Amino acid sequence: MNDAIQRNFTYLAYGLITAWAILIVYALTLAARGRSLTRQLENVKRMLEDQSKK
Amino acid sequence: MRKNILIAGGAIAALLLARNIWVILTQLPDEKFQGAIFRIIFFHVPAAFTCFLCFLASLIAGLAYLKSKKLNYDAFGVSVVEVGLAFGAVNLLTGMIWARIIWGIWWTWDWRLTSMLICWLLYAGYLVLRRAIDEPTERARMSAVMSVLNFSVVPFVFFSIKWFRTQHPQPVLFGEGKMDSGYRAMLYGNWVPILIVAAILIAVRYVQEKQQREIDALRREAHMI
Repeated sequence: MNDAIQRNFTYLAYGLITAWAILIVYALTLAARGRSLTRQLENVKRMLEDQSKK
Repeated sequence: MRKNILIAGGAIAALLLARNIWVILTQLPDEKFQGAIFRIIFFHVPAAFTCFLCFLASLIAGLAYLKSKKLNYDAFGVSVVEVGLAFGAVNLLTGMIWARIIWGIWWTWDWRLTSMLICWLLYAGYLVLRRAIDEPTERARMSAVMSVLNFSVVPFVFFSIKWFRTQHPQPVLFGEGKMDSGYRAMLYGNWVPILIVAAILIAVRYVQEKQQREIDALRREAHMI
């Protein structure tokens, strides 16, 4: 395989990896945000319960 | 139930994508002049279509919010803009990688590339604007107005290669498109799982936005007690 064809395939791989890396990073960000929101919701609910008991 | 639908959608998208990647890499022949790098089009173009579809959805959500003042439209609007930006980034970066091989450069200030970058930055500005406004109804109103204004750039991006002399390739699907039917089928075929992925991401983001509103409302309630 000559250098030009090899380079062509290498850049195709870069392209595919970049495309999926962006979406995977975004999906991971969403997952982290989801966990954080669940935690915040629990905390606020607990805080409200505590306040109503007082 | 809703979670199961998302998981099933994700599984279907993953299977379709795995099958498509296998066909793209092993079954489809190289394009005569571009060689293997041509295959990037099967992600580059569907990513652009998905991005524009998301921006169109944000326009509709913006108009619906301005008419009805229902915050659900605002939540949907921010969800589609965020996902649209992710696919816009995929489009821009895969295009740059293709350009490096075909044009010998990563970037050129061509009408299509520049307008797409400006469009992407405008929608990124929409997210920045949202962070700057605390009051929910004011934030929703300004976001809706901005999503309507931002969309005016999208037709310009889409038709820039027809209206101006550009380095970017001419349309291969519409008008005088000359793409081979096998390539065309794979391009549309790969758009389906990409759309499913986008729909899943939008659904997850939409639920999170509503959850955030619930948290904000509870916090306000806690402060009032």
